Amino acid sequence: MTYSTESLERATVEAMQRFSKRYIISFIVLSAFVVAGIVAYINQLQNGLYETGMRDRITWGLYIVMFVFFIGASMGGTFVSAALRLADMGWRAPISRGAEYITVSALFTASLFIFADMGHPERAINILLFGRWESPLVWDVYGLNTYIAGSMVYLYLAVLPDLALVRDRVGHQLDPIRRLFVIMFSASWTGHPKQVKALDTSLKVMTVVIVPVAVMMHTVTSWIFGMTLREPWDSPMFGIYFVVGAVYSGVGLIVVFMYVMRRMNHMEAFLTERHFLNMGKLLAGAGGVMIFFQISDLVTAGFKLKGDSAFNLYQLADGAMAPIFWTYIWVGLMIPLALMLLPWTRTIWGVLIASVLANVGMMLERYFIVIGGLRLPLNPYHAPSYMPTLTELTIVLGLCSLFILILMIMMKLAPAISVQEMIETGEIEAVQHDARRAASTDGPEGAVA
Amino acid sequence: MESHSDIDQVSDDKPKNWDISRRKMIKMLGGATAAGLAVGYLPKALRAEPVAENAADFQVATDAESSERLRQWMMIIDLRRCDGCQSQGTPPQCTEACNMGHFVPKPMQWIEVYEHELSRDVGEIAPLDSSTTPPIEGTKFMPTPCMQCQNAPCVNVCPVGATWTTPEGITLIDQNRCIGCRMCMAACPYERRSFTWGEPPTSHAADFVEHSVEHQLPIQKGVVYKCDFCPEMARAGRLPFCASSCPQNAIYYGDLEEDLASNGDEVVRVSEFLAEHSAFRHKEELRTRPRVYYIDGHGELAGRDPKTHGTMPVRWNIDLDIKDGAKNWERSS
Repeated sequence: MTYSTESLERATVEAMQRFSKRYIISFIVLSAFVVAGIVAYINQLQNGLYETGMRDRITWGLYIVMFVFFIGASMGGTFVSAALRLADMGWRAPISRGAEYITVSALFTASLFIFADMGHPERAINILLFGRWESPLVWDVYGLNTYIAGSMVYLYLAVLPDLALVRDRVGHQLDPIRRLFVIMFSASWTGHPKQVKALDTSLKVMTVVIVPVAVMMHTVTSWIFGMTLREPWDSPMFGIYFVVGAVYSGVGLIVVFMYVMRRMNHMEAFLTERHFLNMGKLLAGAGGVMIFFQISDLVTAGFKLKGDSAFNLYQLADGAMAPIFWTYIWVGLMIPLALMLLPWTRTIWGVLIASVLANVGMMLERYFIVIGGLRLPLNPYHAPSYMPTLTELTIVLGLCSLFILILMIMMKLAPAISVQEMIETGEIEAVQHDARRAASTDGPEGAVA
Repeated sequence: MESHSDIDQVSDDKPKNWDISRRKMIKMLGGATAAGLAVGYLPKALRAEPVAENAADFQVATDAESSERLRQWMMIIDLRRCDGCQSQGTPPQCTEACNMGHFVPKPMQWIEVYEHELSRDVGEIAPLDSSTTPPIEGTKFMPTPCMQCQNAPCVNVCPVGATWTTPEGITLIDQNRCIGCRMCMAACPYERRSFTWGEPPTSHAADFVEHSVEHQLPIQKGVVYKCDFCPEMARAGRLPFCASSCPQNAIYYGDLEEDLASNGDEVVRVSEFLAEHSAFRHKEELRTRPRVYYIDGHGELAGRDPKTHGTMPVRWNIDLDIKDGAKNWERSS
């Protein structure tokens, strides 16, 4: 089997057309979860946030935790796709499409978590009518919308030549809905040099624009917390802490997506072990910076133990938040780093496990930041506790399923690997080289790839 | 004219790249100007007026007094007199009177009496997690209404301008505009804001009151409530429920502008009274600049032994005529 441009085009287009049994079953199951989430949400609309575990004192819960998590998850897409494009890293080529999908889907899901959390979602329009520029929440709303719009434009520019490819190859074989979609959005792309030049320029501009927009978004999200007077959140480090945390969990999420997509669409030839290991390096780098931040935060606060920050350190070290905090430190940060540092776990499976653990860890981190910050007693009473209810868990499950569903739908609308980028970066030759090397060594790596 | 020739020079150098006709250039400039104007106008268009619906009410209120001085409502709480109503054998009367008078839904307490340890600073409370809290020795009681900050963190974070500080220095909430995001609750360093998590357990009677931001009735689901400092009553020359109901006359309410405050028993000159008794404001170091002043003490003027602990649990008027479908909830514990 040779891995020419021709075979890549065939493989991606075939993957779009094939609906395996597993795909359909997962689609149905996830849709059922989404419906369950909608039912729970309607119940919550009728009875109010009474249905949740949130109350006065701990006024934000799982919805805000998941909002912050999904905002963070979106960062990976921008980082891998745009930042690596700026750095001219060719190996991003087979990953960037999935990364861009994750960004769009995660941002969409994150915005829905805000609606789940609001006491009066029908008044959301008030933010446009009466928005005050002084409020960090307004920065967040405008930032999020800018980021969603920007990443959709960026995704569209990148996917345009591939849509035209689908249209020309199999346009007549597709079902009417997708045929209409492909014809409409491939926008009379012919690959004419003038078109290529215009697209290239636009992509370059968007690449430069989208990276600072993403950094802005994660900083502004941290400022929802950082702009309050609550001691655990009152830190100038919060912005950069959230940005690096977002890269960490975002890269991890892309690895999981890569792995599933590779298995489902039989893309082993184009997503090789090298791509996973490079992602593992990014993961380890972001994880190392997270450990550094965690140490500088804890040591400077822990040495002085002043006022309310002492409460926060006690609750993390051996108080109510301790199980979550230490799981985050060991399972979420240390083990993934170790997996990437030890040579015998530097495999596709090692990277996958590290990525899953990194995401579990970051979810726990968002949890102890939000809940731990609100647990701080501002008046003399015992620190309260929070336990999410079934309604909250169902809505969270529904929205997480929606996130995956959007990815699954997007995978069938356009090639899941950017054919155009593979050719442009010369990565198509690189994967052939990978294959030759794997064949010649015939070792365990060859078997995995 | 020199600059004009410079431009010509540039356009001569690069005739191919600057292949723009005069008409096109004018169009572009026009477009850029329009865009610039639009961006400049955007903040004004999107900025909230300080409460559109009730603006008229405030106009009337302030106009009526424009011949006089603009009131600056304030409160002094004399902790030397506050014994948490231990000597009465009743729950704290300020809280109960407020609950009854304002139809406060359970479990909110717009003014809440907290028991602080004497050995600690007021700003530094319970730094340890609950499992390691040391046994309580001497305590003092601290009735805690909304502090009516002049640099209010809640106002600063509200995304829709649903909470704002009036010219009289009171922070109010417009529950008809509130979107229920609870950002203000996270921001308030005194934890004086409460949310209606479900259909509030209040009486039908409150539903017939015409809505005003100054009394916050009728209570609705999914929005934020707090102490409103009773500006309507103050304007009518009456003390708030908490001040008039205090059996020890520990709560003074008054006007900074007129420099007078009263606890219903005596009238004091605010500036002298505060200076004489070294008054302080709660968590002063946060620079929220509250309008509520405290005189430190532990109920000694009411004859309280600081080692007798606890207040009786407060009540709400929920036994009356509770609405159908009302929910009962507790605070996080």
